[in-house]
Amino acid sequence: MATRTRYAPDRGLTVRMTATMFLLGLVFVAFVALIIGIMSAAHASAGAIIFIALVFGGGSAFVSLFFSDKIALAAAGARVVSPQEAPQLHGIVDRLCALADMPKPRVAIAPTRMPNAFATGRNSKNSVLCVTDGLLRHTDLTQEELEGILAHELSHVAHKDVQVMTYASLLAIVAGLLVRFAFYSELFGGGRRSNNDGNAALLIPLIMLASAVVYAISFLLIRLLSRYRELAADRSGALLTQNPSALMSALTKVSQGMNPIPTQDLRAAEPLNAFYFAPAMKLHGGGPSLSNAFSTHPSLKKRIEQLEKIQRELGQPGAGPRGLR
Amino acid sequence: MGFLDTIFGRTKPVQPKLDDLFGLPSAAVQLEAATGFKPTGSGSVSFRAAEGRPFADIQKEVLELLDMDNGKPGGGLPVEVTKDSYGYTWIVSNHLSDEMDALVTDLHAVNSALVDGGFGPQLLCTLVAFSDDNHRRLSLVYLYKRGTFYPFAPLPGRQDRRDNALELQVKGILAEDLRIEQDLARWFPVWGAPGL
Repeated sequence: MATRTRYAPDRGLTVRMTATMFLLGLVFVAFVALIIGIMSAAHASAGAIIFIALVFGGGSAFVSLFFSDKIALAAAGARVVSPQEAPQLHGIVDRLCALADMPKPRVAIAPTRMPNAFATGRNSKNSVLCVTDGLLRHTDLTQEELEGILAHELSHVAHKDVQVMTYASLLAIVAGLLVRFAFYSELFGGGRRSNNDGNAALLIPLIMLASAVVYAISFLLIRLLSRYRELAADRSGALLTQNPSALMSALTKVSQGMNPIPTQDLRAAEPLNAFYFAPAMKLHGGGPSLSNAFSTHPSLKKRIEQLEKIQRELGQPGAGPRGLR
Repeated sequence: MGFLDTIFGRTKPVQPKLDDLFGLPSAAVQLEAATGFKPTGSGSVSFRAAEGRPFADIQKEVLELLDMDNGKPGGGLPVEVTKDSYGYTWIVSNHLSDEMDALVTDLHAVNSALVDGGFGPQLLCTLVAFSDDNHRRLSLVYLYKRGTFYPFAPLPGRQDRRDNALELQVKGILAEDLRIEQDLARWFPVWGAPGL
């Protein structure tokens, strides 16, 4: 049965996301090739360092993926609430999940005054959606705006963003560890090397340098990917509620609300930044373009622009862009 | 969701399943025989209105269509439109208690109009109300995206309390007539739904 659908996929976003992932993959391949090259130079201590970094990096990524929900809840000081405790919040989530045909995540509330929300968990069964007290008590946030924010977070769950971002950052974690290990081994092991081993003395700094470069590049790519994932979640969220306007005004209100908040709260929330609805902390220093490149979230302007596009699609007479599916 | 959808971070709007709704008339007979719960003749479709003119136009057409047969046998009363506190629109169709077929036809007309207009993903649930001689209330809720039903029974006089025992009893009775939602976490309460 051919069913009419009103939404054309956003090809531009898909292409940009693919390109980012391709570049990440490319850096990964280059890095592996380099390590194999170094290994084949057959130096035991270099091999051991790389092996340890891989085990540690892989292990920590696995742990953070597997316990992402518990870690994030603990970091935010959040508590899972029952439908009796927060009937309205549960009611909104229930309905959105029924619309999107996805299992309902656990719902938690964090005692933070900053208005924000995040979703985490390695898959939809283990996911948890957390909103802050500040968001629920935000005086001029309407129910529809709150719903828009929750739909954005549910889209992160549906897109499996925690998994995607963990896999994407695996390389950066390993590279970062390698820099540190190589540095320490240079510091403590350098003196012991004998003179006829001049080849190896060069090897460790080489690993350090390469790892640092790989770390820097993949860090930027991960941030870029994170921004695309945010745009994708905005888009899916707006299409789910069919109310891009509410999401737009929620974004504007929540972003404005970021400024008058005590600094302590913001710092405490910063590690969770990547999973928040709006970034809790703006990076200081650098020009606007530089801080954009380091940011986990796209600028408010970009997000609003995309939602305006969806708004126009919904307002088009006839049916707007559509295809058969 | 497929692997590619995960990679690209996109969700396909979920299309509703409409056909299982037609199992309702025979299930209603079965329900009355086993528990004494009779249809009240009231049924409703709940959906999420999209912003913009095209959706408003379709909604208007649906209402005109449903009210065309008013006064004729089986035509039922004029439909009511309400908006609940969660922002969902409910179209309520009222018939006589024994006109289950006509009621389902009305509900289906709303569904197919939205689907034809390309707004199928907006459908949330449909609800058909029952009551017994003790004025206990029960409704069967149809989840469009799952194609499954679940019972919802608010306890009379008690706010926000459900009669879980009755719900589970109905689940057992209707297991052969309707596809019952097996994931109990999806049996969300619809407090204050119109027509209940």
